[in-house]
Amino acid sequence: MEWTQRHLLGLEDYSAEEILHVLDTSASFKEVVARNDCPRCDLRGKVVVNLFFEPSTRTSTSFELAARRLGATVLNFASTSSSTTKGETLRDTARNIEAMGIDAVVMRHPCPGAPHLLTRWIDACVVNAGDGAHEHPTQGLLDILTIREKLGRIAGLKVAIVGDISHSRVARSNLFGLKKLGAEVIFVGPSTLVPGAMRQLGAEVCYDLDEVIPKVDVINMLRIQTERLEEQPFPSIREYSRLFGLNAERLQRAKPNVVIMHPGPINRGVEMMPEVADGNRSVILEQVTNGVAVRMAVLSLLTSVKR
Amino acid sequence: MAKLIIKNGRILCPAQGIDQEADLLIEDGRIAGIGRFADKAETIDAKGLLVVPGLIDMHVHFREPGKEEEETIASGSAAAVAGGFTTVATMPNTEPPVDNEAAVAFQRLQGERAGKARVLPIGAVSAGRAGERLAEIGQMTRAGAVAFSDDGDCVKNARLMRAALQYAAMFKKPIIDHCEDRNLSGSGVMHAGYWSVKLGLGGMPAAAEETMVARDITLAEATGGRLHIAHVSTAGAVDIVRRAKQRGVPVTCEAAVHHLVLTDECVASFDPVFKMNPPLRSAKDVEAVRAGVADGTIDCIVTDHAPHAREEKEVEFPYAPFGVIGLESSLPVLVTKLIEPGLLTWPLAIAAMTVRPAQILGVEAGTLETGRLADVTLIDPKTEWTIDAERFHSKSRNCPFHGWKVRGRAAMTLVGGAAKHDARNP
Repeated sequence: MEWTQRHLLGLEDYSAEEILHVLDTSASFKEVVARNDCPRCDLRGKVVVNLFFEPSTRTSTSFELAARRLGATVLNFASTSSSTTKGETLRDTARNIEAMGIDAVVMRHPCPGAPHLLTRWIDACVVNAGDGAHEHPTQGLLDILTIREKLGRIAGLKVAIVGDISHSRVARSNLFGLKKLGAEVIFVGPSTLVPGAMRQLGAEVCYDLDEVIPKVDVINMLRIQTERLEEQPFPSIREYSRLFGLNAERLQRAKPNVVIMHPGPINRGVEMMPEVADGNRSVILEQVTNGVAVRMAVLSLLTSVKR
Repeated sequence: MAKLIIKNGRILCPAQGIDQEADLLIEDGRIAGIGRFADKAETIDAKGLLVVPGLIDMHVHFREPGKEEEETIASGSAAAVAGGFTTVATMPNTEPPVDNEAAVAFQRLQGERAGKARVLPIGAVSAGRAGERLAEIGQMTRAGAVAFSDDGDCVKNARLMRAALQYAAMFKKPIIDHCEDRNLSGSGVMHAGYWSVKLGLGGMPAAAEETMVARDITLAEATGGRLHIAHVSTAGAVDIVRRAKQRGVPVTCEAAVHHLVLTDECVASFDPVFKMNPPLRSAKDVEAVRAGVADGTIDCIVTDHAPHAREEKEVEFPYAPFGVIGLESSLPVLVTKLIEPGLLTWPLAIAAMTVRPAQILGVEAGTLETGRLADVTLIDPKTEWTIDAERFHSKSRNCPFHGWKVRGRAAMTLVGGAAKHDARNP
């Protein structure tokens, strides 16, 4: 297909066809990652800026590696050491950096919609690396790629996503992407963290993990994001962990081929026990490997579109 | 001043139940009669126009004193007459707030000096708008305050709210409350519903407004004080007010134009021009607010005109301040979206912007009765135009209707018989 998208702001905005195209392109880039060399120089001579306003281990290094493997020059912007601490606005920050001559901005920001506003203020390609609780589209893509690799398809699968759904950009991106490709999504968590309106977005909602475990093909566990909670919507971490944590005993009641996922970082002992995280059903590290390939595909596709 | 005859217009005066094609005679700045006049006088041809009492907006924010870059009393009152308003009531959340006699007097003087729309200051309920002790309501009344409100904030303390209702009743002035329990709306930035869940933005539930509406009505009932509920925006709130009115509680309320027209779906663009408090609600809520205006549960239509500096609204949605301007867009939006489609009749809409707010504020305005000051608005219901915020008389530009193709505008606005706005020379 002819690729026309200059930005990746969310999987809500991409068609099923576009999502599949990114996944297929990612698969070809995976070889590059495996061979650990740089035969593809799609981004040679181009500049990619990582504009990160929130902490990140995986996503920022993954994007940096992806850009470098494509031959790009990478600039890393960490907000804490920038003039945003002196009150400079996002708009000014972006426009000043663009004035130096850049081709793509990868941004992670605490506010939903920040990358959308960015596309109004600058001309470069914009990739959303996480905008508050709204979307994290490359995570959604790498999750879907991983599922497809393990189970051979997406359509007809039952995928459970467990945890603080209300504040999760991973949950939303996964929901939008998986539904478009024909999977069923079940959100599981405490009633205070799984909004009923999610049903109108196409998800099933369940507050009992034990009920869901035997029925699903994929279980994607989310971390409890204490930095986003105003007041604890459950009485204690201990209670949360006992009701919604994935341990070996629960894993035994899952389907034999079940795929266990987590976007990271893991709170070991809270939502996932070490034996599950490190066990043979877990694909957590494969997700990370796929992440680099997905981000190479995204950067390559977006920058290929003429301005 | 000489005689002025406004000829051949459709004279619509809900205060007197008049709706007929006729001439309006103005003499020495006052209404001298409705009928057919052949006097020797300056004439204005109002053929094809509506001739109504000067429109009244009882909920605006001018930023003087304190943030004059956003709006002064002069620029705000110029925006008002451009939008067809001859009287506005200004909220006291300025810096410093209007919580004393001198501040009220200053604002009235600034309004008179500007010489455009009449500016009626609303005083604060609590000293410093801090929500702890009553402000000097009596002295502010003497200086010309027409009502009292801590708008921007709710009067959180029920004991203070009750005292305010009781105390202000002495002066026959209403207490206007911005009903919002912040414990429920928390750090929300848009309506809590399908869209806030989809967009991942913090939600402000309808319950935050409704619990306070219920509390205030209970207190009004208990004290007999005059309660006016600001910017009603939810179906539940409309319902609570409707039932209270049926019981005979002395409560009145208002709805902002944007809550009659826009829904929370607008926020999908993440543009802070759609961010205000109360937030844009669901389609079901908009329907209920419209029904509330249509059946009289909601007494008047306001703009809640809230200017903000450009740089304050050109930021990420959660960081932007709440508020949109409305004086120069409200009339065309009402005509295009509500009156023309038949959702609201002209007499009802005009009553909601003339006689009803005048009654609530206890001022002699909102009518074309003989002898009254000649505050008159001529409305052109037909001419198509495009709302361009860059050309507003307001100093601010945060208008959610910018770019809209509309029909309806104030052709001329007269205050005391003098034309303060003429669309032929904008």
